[in-house]
Amino acid sequence: MSDKKYWQSFGERNNSEAFQKAKSDGNEFPESLPMEGLDGKGLLDAKHPRRDFLKYLGFSTAAATLAASCEMPVRHVVPYLNKPDNLIPGVADYYATTYTNGGDVVPVVAKVRDGRPIKLEGNTLSSFSKTGTSARVQASVLDLYDMARLRYPVQLSDGKASEVSTFEAFDKLAADALAAAGGPVVLLTGTLNSPTTKQIITEFLAKFPGSRHVQYDADSYSGMLLANEATYGKRAIPSYNFENAKVVVSLGADFLGTWLGSEEFSRQWSTLRKVSAKNPEMSKHYQFESLLSTTGANADERYTHRPTETGAVALALLAELGGSGIGSVSAPALPEKLKAGVKKAAKDLTDNKGKALVVCGSNNVNIQIIVNAINEAIGASGSTINWGAPSQTRQGVDSEMNALVADLNDGKVGALLVYGVNPAYDYYDAGKFKSGLKKTKTSISFNDRLDETSELTKLVLPAPHFLESWGDAEGKTGYFSFLQPTIAPLFKTRPFQDSLLKWSGNAKTYDVVLKEYWIGKLGSVEAWEKALQEGVIEPATEAASGVSYNNSKVADAATAIGAIKKGGKFEVVLYQKIMMGIGAQANNPWLQELPDPITKAAWDNYAIVSPKFAKDTWNLDLGDRRQADGYEVFPTKQVIKVKAGNKELSLPAVIIPGTNNEVIGIAVGYGRSSANPENTVNFIGKAAAGVGKNAFPWLSFNGTTVDWYAADADFEKTKEEYKVAQSQTHNTAEGRTEVVKELTLDTFKKEPGFVMNEREEELKPFGGIEKFEEQGTLYPIYDKPGIKWGMSIDLNSCTGCAACVVACYAENNVPIVGKSEVLRFHDMHWLRIDRYYSTPSNNLDSAEDVQVVFQPMLCQHCDNAPCENVCPVNATNHSQEGLNQMAYNRCIGTRYCANNCPYKVRRFNWADYTGADSFPNNQDQSTVGKLDPAVFQMNDDLTRMVLNPDVVVRSRGVMEKCSFCVQRLQDGKLKAKKENRPLADMADIQTACQQACSTNAIVFGNANDSKTNISTTRAENKERLFYVIEEVHTLPNVSYLAKVRHSDAAFGAGEEKKEEATTEKHS
Amino acid sequence: MTNHRPIVKKLKFTILLLSLVSLGNRLFAQDGKALFQTNCASCHNPIKKIIGPALQGVTTRVTDQKLLYDWIHNNVKVLASGNSYFTGLYNEYSKTPMNTFPNLSDADIKAILGYVETYKAPTASPGDNSPGPKAEESDNTLLYGILTIILAIIMFVLLQVNASLRKMSDDKEGIPSAEPVPFWRNKVYISLMILVLFVLGGYWVVEGAVGIGRQQGYQPEQPIFYSHKVHAGINQVSCLYCHSNAMDSKHATVPPLNVCMNCHAAINDYTHGPKLYREDGAEVDGTAEIQKLYSYAGYDPKTSTYKTAEAKPVEWIKIHNLPDHVFFSHAQHTKAGQVQCQTCHGPIQEMDEVKQFAPLSMGWCINCHRTTKVNFPDSNGNGGNKFYSIYERYHKDLKTGKMDSVTVENIGGTDCQKCHY
Repeated sequence: MSDKKYWQSFGERNNSEAFQKAKSDGNEFPESLPMEGLDGKGLLDAKHPRRDFLKYLGFSTAAATLAASCEMPVRHVVPYLNKPDNLIPGVADYYATTYTNGGDVVPVVAKVRDGRPIKLEGNTLSSFSKTGTSARVQASVLDLYDMARLRYPVQLSDGKASEVSTFEAFDKLAADALAAAGGPVVLLTGTLNSPTTKQIITEFLAKFPGSRHVQYDADSYSGMLLANEATYGKRAIPSYNFENAKVVVSLGADFLGTWLGSEEFSRQWSTLRKVSAKNPEMSKHYQFESLLSTTGANADERYTHRPTETGAVALALLAELGGSGIGSVSAPALPEKLKAGVKKAAKDLTDNKGKALVVCGSNNVNIQIIVNAINEAIGASGSTINWGAPSQTRQGVDSEMNALVADLNDGKVGALLVYGVNPAYDYYDAGKFKSGLKKTKTSISFNDRLDETSELTKLVLPAPHFLESWGDAEGKTGYFSFLQPTIAPLFKTRPFQDSLLKWSGNAKTYDVVLKEYWIGKLGSVEAWEKALQEGVIEPATEAASGVSYNNSKVADAATAIGAIKKGGKFEVVLYQKIMMGIGAQANNPWLQELPDPITKAAWDNYAIVSPKFAKDTWNLDLGDRRQADGYEVFPTKQVIKVKAGNKELSLPAVIIPGTNNEVIGIAVGYGRSSANPENTVNFIGKAAAGVGKNAFPWLSFNGTTVDWYAADADFEKTKEEYKVAQSQTHNTAEGRTEVVKELTLDTFKKEPGFVMNEREEELKPFGGIEKFEEQGTLYPIYDKPGIKWGMSIDLNSCTGCAACVVACYAENNVPIVGKSEVLRFHDMHWLRIDRYYSTPSNNLDSAEDVQVVFQPMLCQHCDNAPCENVCPVNATNHSQEGLNQMAYNRCIGTRYCANNCPYKVRRFNWADYTGADSFPNNQDQSTVGKLDPAVFQMNDDLTRMVLNPDVVVRSRGVMEKCSFCVQRLQDGKLKAKKENRPLADMADIQTACQQACSTNAIVFGNANDSKTNISTTRAENKERLFYVIEEVHTLPNVSYLAKVRHSDAAFGAGEEKKEEATTEKHS
Repeated sequence: MTNHRPIVKKLKFTILLLSLVSLGNRLFAQDGKALFQTNCASCHNPIKKIIGPALQGVTTRVTDQKLLYDWIHNNVKVLASGNSYFTGLYNEYSKTPMNTFPNLSDADIKAILGYVETYKAPTASPGDNSPGPKAEESDNTLLYGILTIILAIIMFVLLQVNASLRKMSDDKEGIPSAEPVPFWRNKVYISLMILVLFVLGGYWVVEGAVGIGRQQGYQPEQPIFYSHKVHAGINQVSCLYCHSNAMDSKHATVPPLNVCMNCHAAINDYTHGPKLYREDGAEVDGTAEIQKLYSYAGYDPKTSTYKTAEAKPVEWIKIHNLPDHVFFSHAQHTKAGQVQCQTCHGPIQEMDEVKQFAPLSMGWCINCHRTTKVNFPDSNGNGGNKFYSIYERYHKDLKTGKMDSVTVENIGGTDCQKCHY
C-alpha cells in the first residue's frame, strides 16, 4: 500500500519545485499581495501610503457608522388577502413532480418555499430516483429562473422579435400560417414519452393530412434501437439491472454518467460495490474506452482503444465467448494489451453466466448487434437485461431526422413545429438543417428561449418550464410519473400541448385532458389524486417478458465491422460531459462552474490529450519536475488546431492521463451562439455566451446512424494560449500522506483489517486508535452530552458524479464566481470532489495503468479544529454537537483559518458575488475589479428567487464553508421537539449531499446514538474506516471508508514488490 | 398561551350589564353568552341584522319551541319540510344557508336564547373614558440628575468657601500661602473635568454604536389603527386566532384579511369599548378604522358582498426586525420552548398601537437562553419533551443531583449556529 503514490497534479507526482514551494510555504493564497508602486522606496512614498490608507479607513468607518445610524429603513409586512388553506409562510411544501428533459425522466420532489420551488430531491417512491438524483437534475431548478427565458410569444421577421400581445392573436397568426403552409406539417420533438402528449399529437396530426411526427435525439441511441429491432424484433431499449450483474463489461458506455438513466444505474451498480468484512464480495467492472470517463474511472480494470476499434473489441469478446445459436465470428487483430483485456473479461463473463452484463455506448448498429449477441451468449437477457419494461427515454432514429432535413431542403414540408429540440445547434449537419428551415414556409417553435433554432423560426410560443407544467411521463413501459405545477407560470408561456389542442380544434386545455385521461385510466378522482401526490405509478413486480433472439444479422454485422477502417494518426472522440450533456442547460451557472470529475476544469471545453501526446508534440515530459510545472502551474494551456477533413477547431490541450495515446477528446454541449453572436447574451444567456466551442459539427453520418468520432484526424500546433479554469491544483494537502486509502479485494479478503492495522500501527505512539483522542493532544476533550453529528463517505460507492456538489450549491446559496475568478483560485464550492490518480506501473504513457480514486472533500468538522484556534475574533468555534461553526457576521476576513486548515475546505468571499453587501458599491465593476457576467446573472432578482431563505447569503470579505447543512439539522430537531419524540434517524435529517447521492455513499447522523445509520455503518465497516490526515489529531467528524478495487494486476504490482522486498530481506 | 390564560380583565361595561341581572341569571346568561359567541356571533347579533337576522324576539316570532330547536339543530331539514316562515327567511337572506348545529343540546340552545332575549345594548358608561393619553410614567432620572448637579454645585461652592476660609485663616496666622488659583485654571479641576467628559463621551459613543440598528420602543403609525388592547385584551381573542402560524412556522405571520373579516363581517362598528387614542393624544374613530379594513378587503357592508378586484393587502409596518444573519423561529420558542408571547413582545394585550418591547439584541437573547430551563424530564425521567432522551449524561446528573435543571445553554442554546447560519 505504502508504495502506491496518489497524486492530484503532475507536480505532486513528481514532487516538483512549484509543488514543493506550495507545500513548504503552506501557500494557501498563491497570489502575492499587490504592492505596486513601491519600487523599493519607503512605504510613505508609495502610491497609496499607509497613512492615507488609515485616513480613508477612519473616515469611511465614521461615515458608514453615521450613515447607518441615522435611519433605519421602514420595512413592511404584507399579508395575504385570502390565504390559501394549506400554505404556511415560512414552512416548505413538497410536491412530487418529474424532471423531463429531452426524453430523460427523473421523478423528483420539489421543495416549495413560500410559493417558490427552491430545491429538487429524488422521489423515494420511484425506482429511478429513490436514492438520489444527478447534477443536471439538481441544477434544473435554476433553469426555471433563467433570465434568458423568452417571456412572451413572439413573431420573428429578419431576426427581429416582436411581442405578440395575446395568445388569441398568436393562435390567429399560427392558424393563418398553418393554413397557408401548403404542405404537410411536421412536428419535430425530442423523445416524447408522455402518453397524453402522444395522444394529443395523434389527434393533431389527423387534422393535417400528410403530416408526421419526428423524434430527434441529439445524443442519439439509434444504433441500439435498430440493432434491437434486428436481433429482437423490437425497436426499443431494454431496461438494465446492474444490481444482478456480478460482472459488468462496458464498451465505452458511460452508464454512471451520461448513458441513459445514470441515477438508476448508479444505484444498481453500487449495491454490488458495498463491501464489508462480513460480506467481502463485490462486482467486477471492466471498461473498454477511448477517453477516461467517469464510469471508466470507477472501473476495476480499464483498457483503452481507438474509437474505430470499438467494434473489433466487441467482436473479439464475442469470438471468445461463442456459443451455439449466437452466431459465430472470428476474432479480429487487436493490440496485445487489449487482447489480454478482452480475454480476461471474457473469462469472467463466462464464469458468471446469467449474472453478467455487457453494455456499449456506440451508436453503430452493427456493433450493437454484436453486443446483443454477447449478451445472449452470457445469458444476460431476463436477468441483467429486462425486456419486460423497456426504457422509453430515447426513441429518435437518425435516418428519420435526415429524411426530414432532406424534405425541408426540397421544400416538401409546409410547416415545421419544433418543441424541445435545438437541431440548428446540435444536429451534425446544422447548416443543412438551417437552410432547410429557411426554405420552410411556416415554422413555429415552442422552445423556452430564442435559441439557435427558435431564432430562425417565424413564430415562437415559449412552453413553460417543467416545474410550471402539468404532465405525465413513462420512463419505462408501465412506469409512469407525473408533473404538477409547483409555481404559477413566471412568464406568458403556454404548454405546447395546449397549442396543439387549440389548433386541432379541441377546446380543452392540456391539464383537463391529462386529468380526464388519468381519471379514466385509474378509475377514480381519488386514485388520480393519490398518483399525483405520490408522483409515480410503478408495477409492484417487474414485468418479465421473453424475447426471441435472431442471430441472422450477426455475420453481416461482423463483416460490416471488419470494414470499419482504422483512422489516421489520431482519432477524435466526441463525448458528453456529466454536467453539460448536449448543452441544453448551457445557461445554468451551477453546471458551468461545476468542475468536470476527471479534468477538474470548469467553464470550457478543450481537447483532451494523453501525456504521450504531450511528449511527442511539445517534448513535454510530465514525468519531469520542471516541465510538469511549466505545464501545470499556470492556467494557460497550449492551443492546438484539431483537423479532420474539412472540419477544424482550435482548442486548448488539456493533458489527461488515461487517455488513449492516439485519441483526442472533445466535449459537445459548448459554444452556444446565436446567428448574430451579439445576441447570444440575451437570446441564450449570459452564462452560456462565449463558453467553449461547438463540437457538434464533428459528428458524422455513417449511412445509418450518427457516429461520435472522427476517424482521420490530425492537429497543428499554434502559438496561441488559452486559460483553462482547472480547480484540482488549487490546494495541496502539503505533502501529507494517507489522504486516500485503497486496497484490492484480494488483500481485503486475506486481511480485512489491513487499513485498520495500518492505522493502529501509525497511532501506536499516541495510544493507538482507541486512545488517540485523549493521548494525542494536550488539549482537553470536550463533552458532547446530546448529539454528535458525524458523516461517513464510502469511497467505494462514490462515482464522482458531482450531484452532491450541485445539491450543496442549491441548498446553501453557494455563490457562482465565474471563470475569471476560478482562474484566480477563488472558487467557492463548499463540497468538492478530489480526483486522485495513481499509476502503479509508474508509467504515465500507459493509459491502462492509470487508476482513479474520487474523494468528496468538505469541512471535516474536526473536534480539535486547527482553524478554530487561530481565529482572532472567535468567528469560528465548536458547537456542543460537534459542528465546526462559522459565524459569518463575526468574521473579519483574516483568512488565518483557511491557511491553517489541513483539508483546504474553507472558502473566502473575495468579492461581492451575491449582492449581499450593505454597500452597493462593492459590486461596482470600475472600483472592485471585473466579475464575469454569470455572477450578475445569479444576482438578478429573478435568479435570486432560487435562494434558500433559511441560509444567509454571505457578503464580501467573510470566510465560509460546509455547515453540515445546519439549517436542516435545526429544522429536523425542531420537528422532533414539536412532536415530542426522539430524533428519527435518516427521516428527520439528511444533508443535501447525502440526499442527492444516488449510490448512498454518504451517510450522516447522530454518532452518539449507537442505533443510527452512521453508527452502524462505522461499526460494520470498521476495517475500512479511516480519517483523512488523522495523524495530525484534528479528530474529524467525517470518516471515510477505504476504496476496494476488484483488480489484481494493477494494485498487486505494488504489493508484490513489497513482498519481494521482504523476502529479499529474509533471504 | 393567551388562550389558556385565566380571564383576569373584566370590563366595566360588562359588569354594568351583568349587574342588571340576578346572580343566578348571571351564570346562566354567561353560559349562553359564551355559547352564543362561539357558535352564532359570526353571523348573528341579538339586536342587529348582519349576515343573519337580529335574533332578539325570535322566541316570540317562532312560538313553536320544537320547530325553533329543530331549525337550529338542522335547518336544512326544516327547509326541506317546506316551512313557509323559514323559507321566506332563507330567501330574504339571499339563500345563504345557515350552518347546522347538531352538537348543541337543548339546554345549550335554551341558554343561548335566554342570553339573546335578555341582551341589552351596552351603554358606554361615562366613567369609562380613558383619561386621554396616558400620563408619562414617573421617571425619576431627571430628578436625580438635577439633584446631582445641585449637590455638585453646592460641593463646589463649599470647596471654594473652604479654600477661601483656609487662606484667610492662614493669612491671619501668618502662614504664607500661595496666591489662590482660580478654579478654571486649577489643574486638578481641569483634569477631573476631562476625565468626566471622557467617561461620559465614551459611554455615549459605545452605547450609541451598540444601539445601531436596534429599535426598542419603535412604535410606528400603522395604516389601520389596530388595537391589540381591544382585541387581545378586552375581547380576549387568542393570539393564535390571528397569528395562527406562530406554532408551526418561523413566522408568526400577520393575519390575512379573510381572518379579519371572519369577525368584522359581523362587527362593523366600534361603539362599546373604551375610547381609543393615538400616542399623540388624537382620538381615533374605531368605526372609521373598521371601514378602512372594508375598503382594503373590498367589502361592501351594505350588500355584504366582496369586490375582489378592489381588494388590496394592507401594508403593515414591520416592528420587530431582526438582521438577515439571524435565524429566528417562532415555532421553536412557542411550541417547543413553550414561551409566552408576552415574554418577548411585552404586555401586548395592553397596547393600542404596538411598540417593540424588548431590545431584540443578542445579549438579551443570550441572557434568556442562559437562564431559561428547557422542558426536560425530571430526575425520575418522567414528563418533559421526549426529544431530550438523547441527553443521557444530563439524565444521570439530574438523578445524582449533580444538576438541578437543564437550561437552554446546557443543550447548546448559546452555540453560534443555533441562530446564525
